[in-house]
Amino acid sequence: MNYDLSNVIIEFRNVEYRFPITASRPILAGVSLKIYQGETLALLGQSGSGKTTLLKLINRLRILSSGDLLVESRPVRDWDSIRLRRSIGYVIQEVGLFPHLTVEQNVSLVPALERWPAAKIKVRYDEVMQLVGMNPADYATRYPRELSGGQRQRVGVARALAADPAILLMDEPFGALDPVTRAELQQEFLALARRVSKTIVLVTHDVREALLLGTRIVLLDAGRIVAEAAPREFLQLDQPVARKFIAASELVPGAAQ
Amino acid sequence: MNVWQFMLSHRVEIVTATREHLVLVLISMAIAVIIAVPLGLALVTNPRWRAAVLAVASIFQTIPSLALFGFLIPLPFLGGIGMRTAIVALVLYALLPILRNTYVGLTGVDPAILEAAEAMGMTEEQILFRVRLPLATSFILAGIRTATVITIGVATIAAAIGAGGLGTFIFRGVAMVSDAVILAGAIPAALLALLADFLLGLLERRLRVT
Repeated sequence: MNYDLSNVIIEFRNVEYRFPITASRPILAGVSLKIYQGETLALLGQSGSGKTTLLKLINRLRILSSGDLLVESRPVRDWDSIRLRRSIGYVIQEVGLFPHLTVEQNVSLVPALERWPAAKIKVRYDEVMQLVGMNPADYATRYPRELSGGQRQRVGVARALAADPAILLMDEPFGALDPVTRAELQQEFLALARRVSKTIVLVTHDVREALLLGTRIVLLDAGRIVAEAAPREFLQLDQPVARKFIAASELVPGAAQ
Repeated sequence: MNVWQFMLSHRVEIVTATREHLVLVLISMAIAVIIAVPLGLALVTNPRWRAAVLAVASIFQTIPSLALFGFLIPLPFLGGIGMRTAIVALVLYALLPILRNTYVGLTGVDPAILEAAEAMGMTEEQILFRVRLPLATSFILAGIRTATVITIGVATIAAAIGAGGLGTFIFRGVAMVSDAVILAGAIPAALLALLADFLLGLLERRLRVT
């Protein structure tokens, strides 16, 4: 285990989130969860289970309705949201690269917002591009529309890493890719995760991806955490929702019965 | 006398009128852009003003142009006879297309991109100027293009309040019941409109971000 159980970097304490306007059922309820320094936590769940919302609470794209959420031991509500977000990397499925900026401008955006000196930004650009396996010089002046889906996703990861955040949030980062590219990027992700020693929270609806990439899996269903396990133990869980996921993944023969 | 003979014999006058016309259009458009684009930007951060501002801009556009020129004449400062009044009217006409396109362009940016910008820790202002504005450029330009074509047309009516321009020929031709004289104003005005439409269209395509 390459993460530090004594060092909690994100902590949810009985968190609830509901849409601000409607008084319908909460999107998240009773969520208590500790995320440790250096782990890759896979948040697994179906569409609508609240996993993306949980992720967005961390960088305050959504504001929790009740409970407490601590990032680096500080309640998120006490953080300046701009500071908080600049210290957390964020990667989403549709990548969200800016179409009017070159690859270099996209990757260098947060360091530029943070007013790093130009030379340092350039060095960092080269570094993170190499980290994601792309030649920095070749792509510097290219625009996102000139890249393939896999390349765009790599640039998205490079951009999230640029300001060297301690935490990386990834929302189905490989969801929009073809199976071959996805497998390739997942392998690279594993190598990368070992090298950068970041705390990574990864949202996915794919059990195989959760098992492969997560050092721990948290299963969400209808806004509640229903299971929590290491990948190896996950397949043995008796929890019904977990069984459904395992059966659907066809990882364990006969699990469907 | 046919049109071509008339135009040939009055070419100096026509060139002067075309130049006056262009000056009228360029000044009006410059002022309209300076007002409408920042106003559009302001509406993004103050959406509750949107309906009211767009309604006012629409009202200007529904007033028949000749009537608008007429209404302006008695006003102090803005009104009177001549170019200044004409410019005020033309600006009021040009506002809506620019304002509407600016607002639609700025608010029509892909939500995923806006969320990415927010998640990266950009402030509201940075998102507005570094993300929304560059992505809305071709939209805004399309609004300017529409407004320019409208303004070139409406500017012919400015001659009615003594502002000069190609409308001079049109009004004279109407009074003289002479098609040739009317066309001597109408043809250059139409050509100007087509040319402006073409050139701004080129620029718009070049600035489009895909």
